[in-house]
Amino acid sequence: MSNEANMHGNAEVITHHDVHHDEHHVHHHKETFITKYIFSQDHKTIGKQFLITGIVWAIIGGLFSVLFRLQLGFPEQTFPILETFFGKWAAGGVIQPEFYYALVTIHGTVLVFFVLTAGLSGTFANLLIPLQIGARDMASPFLNMLSYWFFFIASVIMFSSLFVHTGPASGGWTIYPPLSALHQAGQGSKIGMDLWLISMAMFIVSSLLGGLNYITTILNMRTKGMSMTRMPLTMWAILFTAVLGVLSFPVLLSGAILLLFDRNLGTSFYLSDIYVAGQILPNEGGSAILFQHLFWFLGHPEVYIILLPAMGMVSEILSVNSRKPIFGYMAMVGSLFAITILAFLVWAHHMFVTGLNPFLGAFFVLLTLLIAVPSAIKVFNWLTTLWRGNIRFTPGMLFAIGFVSLFISGGLTGLFLGNSTIDIHLHDTKFVVAHFHIVMGVASMFGMHAGIYHWFPKMFGRYLNHTLGYIHFWITMVGAYLIFWPMHYEGLAGVPRRYLDLSSWHAFNKFDDLNKMITVVSIIVFAAQLMFVFNFFYSIFKGRKVRTQNPWGSNTLEWTTPINPGHGNWPGEIPEVHRWAYDYGKDGREFIPQTEPVGPNESTDH
Amino acid sequence: MQTTFIILILLLGFLITFQIAKASEYVSVMRGEEKSRKQTNRINGFLLLAFLVLGLIGVYYCNEKYGGKILQFGSAASDHGHDVDNMLKITIVITGIVFVITQIVLFWFAYKYQESDNRKAYFYPHNNKLEVLWTAVPAIVLTVMVGFGLYYWFRITGEAPANAMQVEVTGSQFKWEFRYPGKDKVLGKKYFKRIDEGANNPLGQLWEDSTNKDDIYIVQEDLHLVVNKPVRLIINAKDVIHDVGLSHFRLKMDAVPGTPTTMWFTPTKTTKQMRAETGDPDFVYEISCDQMCGQGHYKMRGTIVVESQEEFDFWMAKQKPKFYFAHPELDPNAPKKDSTGKIAAVMPQKSN
Repeated sequence: MSNEANMHGNAEVITHHDVHHDEHHVHHHKETFITKYIFSQDHKTIGKQFLITGIVWAIIGGLFSVLFRLQLGFPEQTFPILETFFGKWAAGGVIQPEFYYALVTIHGTVLVFFVLTAGLSGTFANLLIPLQIGARDMASPFLNMLSYWFFFIASVIMFSSLFVHTGPASGGWTIYPPLSALHQAGQGSKIGMDLWLISMAMFIVSSLLGGLNYITTILNMRTKGMSMTRMPLTMWAILFTAVLGVLSFPVLLSGAILLLFDRNLGTSFYLSDIYVAGQILPNEGGSAILFQHLFWFLGHPEVYIILLPAMGMVSEILSVNSRKPIFGYMAMVGSLFAITILAFLVWAHHMFVTGLNPFLGAFFVLLTLLIAVPSAIKVFNWLTTLWRGNIRFTPGMLFAIGFVSLFISGGLTGLFLGNSTIDIHLHDTKFVVAHFHIVMGVASMFGMHAGIYHWFPKMFGRYLNHTLGYIHFWITMVGAYLIFWPMHYEGLAGVPRRYLDLSSWHAFNKFDDLNKMITVVSIIVFAAQLMFVFNFFYSIFKGRKVRTQNPWGSNTLEWTTPINPGHGNWPGEIPEVHRWAYDYGKDGREFIPQTEPVGPNESTDH
Repeated sequence: MQTTFIILILLLGFLITFQIAKASEYVSVMRGEEKSRKQTNRINGFLLLAFLVLGLIGVYYCNEKYGGKILQFGSAASDHGHDVDNMLKITIVITGIVFVITQIVLFWFAYKYQESDNRKAYFYPHNNKLEVLWTAVPAIVLTVMVGFGLYYWFRITGEAPANAMQVEVTGSQFKWEFRYPGKDKVLGKKYFKRIDEGANNPLGQLWEDSTNKDDIYIVQEDLHLVVNKPVRLIINAKDVIHDVGLSHFRLKMDAVPGTPTTMWFTPTKTTKQMRAETGDPDFVYEISCDQMCGQGHYKMRGTIVVESQEEFDFWMAKQKPKFYFAHPELDPNAPKKDSTGKIAAVMPQKSN
C-alpha cells in the first residue's frame, strides 16, 4: 500500500517537471521541420516513422511474394517484362533459381522483422504506451529516437544488399549454416549474406533500445490511479512483447555474430566435416545444429513478438466496438503471461527432424501443445466478448473479427505441427507455409490493420476512407483463405516448401491448377493492399476530419487528449484514472471513461 | 503488351473504386452519418454470415477436390507411415470439430449481435466457472493428443530391430549417394578429408579399413529396398544441410554435415504393388530434399525401388564394391565368382 502511494507521489513530481519542461521547450526552441518530422523525439512521430517505414517494406516484401508466386503459378510461361526490370536475374523472362530464392528469403526476413516486428510493435508501442498509460512521452525519448534510426540503418543496409552483383541472401529467412556460412555454397552466400547479418545486428540494437524503453515506461510512468490491472490489454500485450524481445533478441545477435566469424574469420562454430564445391575445408568440431538452437531461441519467441501486440489491440478493439467489457480481463492477462513463459520453452519444435534426441523432443511436444491452452482461453474469451454485444462493424472491428477467425484456423494447424509424429511428415512442406502465414503472418497483419484503422484518427486527426476500408477487408479476408487454405493440402501431400518448379516430381506435380489460382488471388490481394496504402497516404492529407475527441466512444486515455495532441499529449495536467478500461454498458451507460471517478451508487462488479 | 494492358485495367478499376469510395463518403455526410453507418453495419453483418456459409462450403469443396491427392491418404507405404496417418486422423477429427464450432460461433455472434437500437450490450466482465471450463477441457483434449503423439513418436524413433538392413545416405549439392555395407554388413570407416572424386573415393572411405572392401556405392540410380524388411538409414551430408524426405513413407530426417543422423522403417508395399494400387504405371518412390540447400534444392531428387528379397538379391549380385573401382589392380576380375559368392552370403538372411 505504502509502495503504491510512494509511486504515485513520484509520478506527480515527474508530471510537474515534465509540464514545466514542455513549456520551456515550446517557448525557446521553435520546432523546425527536422526536429519535428525527422529527428523527432515525440513518441507519436516516432510511431508514425516506424509505421511508414514498415509500410514501405511491406510493399517491397509483398511485391516479392507476387514475383515468386508468378513462377510457382506459371512455371512454363515467360514474362519478358521481368527481364526488363531485373536483367540477368530473370533472363529470358524466367525467374532464375537464385532470384527465386533471394525473393523468398528477403520476403520472409522483411515481413517477419521489418514489418511485423518493427512496423507493428514499433508503431503501436510508441504511439499507444504514453497515450494509454497517461505519460507525456517515453521514459527516454532520445533512446526511442535512436531505436528508430537504428532500424532505419538496418533498412538501408538490407535494401542495399538487393543491389550487390551476387544478389542478397538467399538461404531462406532462417539462414541455416553451413549454407549461409560457405561462400562457395551459392550466390546468396556471398556478400549479400554479410549485409543481411549486419543489417540484422543493427535491427536487434533497434529492437533492444525500443524494448527497454517500452518496459521502463509501462512500469514506471503510469499516471495516478493507473494500477497495472487497470491498464488496457494493449499495454499488457506490449509489455510482454517487449520482455520477450529483450530476453531473446540478444541470443540471435550472438548467433549472427558467430556466423559472421565463421564466414570471414575462419572459425568453426557451425562448421565441421565439409566438402563443398570440390574443396575439403579444414573446419572440424563445430555444430551446424548449434545455430538452429540459437536462431529458434529467438525465432520462436519472435512468433509471439509478432502475435501478442495484435492480440492486445484486437482485445481492445473487439471490446470497444461490441460496447461490452472484454470478457475475463484477468484470464486475458494470465494467458498472455502463460504464452510469454511458454514461448521460451518450445523452440526445439522447429527441430524435431534434425536428429534431436527423441526423448528431449517429447518434452517439446508437451510444452508446445500446452500453448494451446492459453490460446484457447483467449479465443473463447473473445467469442464471449461478442456474445450479447451491440456490435459496430468499423473497418478496425472487421479486421479484429478476421484476426480471431484466422487465429483459430492457424492455431489449430499448429496442433498438427507441434505434434512431433505428424511433424515428421509435414516438416518443411507447404503445410508449414500455410500454417505460419495464417496464424502469424496474415493474422498479425489483420491485427495491424485493425490497429491502423482504429487509431488513424488519433495519429492524423482524420479518418481513413471507410468504404475503401471495407473493400480492403473483404478482399483480404477472402483472399487470405483462398491462398492459404488449399495450400495445406499440398503440404499434406508432402510438397516441400522452397520448390520453385514441381514439374519433375512424380508425387508433387498434381497441383498446377491450384498453384495458378493461388497466384491469381495473391495478385488481387496485393492490389487491394496497394489500395489501402493509397487510402492511408491520401487520408493523411485529405481524409475526413475528426470532429469529436472520442470518435469510437472509447474509455481509454488516448481519447482524452486533443484531436491533434502536441508533444506532451495533454495541454494541462495528465488525467487521473479511477477505473479499469472496460466499463462499457455498465449500469445502463454506453461507456464510462477511465477518468471518471467511481460514483456512489455504481455497481461493484469488477 | 499484355502486361501493360493488365496494369492499365487494374489502374482503371482502382480509380473507379476510389471515386465510388469518395462519393459514398460525401453521400453519407449528406444523408446523415449515423443513418448510413447503420446501413453499412447491416451490410457487413450480412456479409460476415455469408462468409461463414460460403467459407464452410468452400472448406468442404476443397476437401472433396484435394483430399484424395494426399498421396491416397491413409495408404502410407511404411509401417511408421501408418502411425503418422493414424495420428493425422486423430488430429484432423479433433481440430475439425473445434474449427467448425468456433468459426460458426464467431461469425454467428457477429451477425446476431450486430448493432440494433432495440438492444443494449450486456455488461458481462467475467465468469470464473466458464473460464475454468474452457481451460480444463482443452487441457484434457490436449493430453489425449500428446499421449497418442508420444506413443507413436517413440515407436517411430525407437531402436531399429536387429535384423534391419543398413544403408548409408549422403546428401550433397544436389544429389544423393548411397552405400550398402556389403556382405560383412558393416559400413567401413570414412573421413571427409580423404574424399577424392578423381580417385574414385567420393565418400572418403578409408581403404585401410578392411570392412570398406565390400561396401557398395550407388549414385544417380535407384536406392533398392526390400519389402517388409526393416531398413535403417544412416544419413550424412557433405556440404550443407539436406533432408531425406520420403513422403510416401511419411518420413523425413535431416542430413547434417558433421553429425550423422539415423531413421528406420519397414517398407510395406513394393513399387509394383503401388503401381497397381494407384493405377499409375509410372509410379515411383521419391526422395525429396526438404531442407533448403541452395539453388538446385528444388530438383535434388532421388528414387527408390522397393522389391522382393529375390529381386533385391539379384540386383545386389550385379554390384561391384567401390574398393575395386579405386583399386582396379586388386580386382580379382572374376565377376561371376564374385557375384555368386555374394548371393550365398545374403541368402541365409532369408531364413531369419
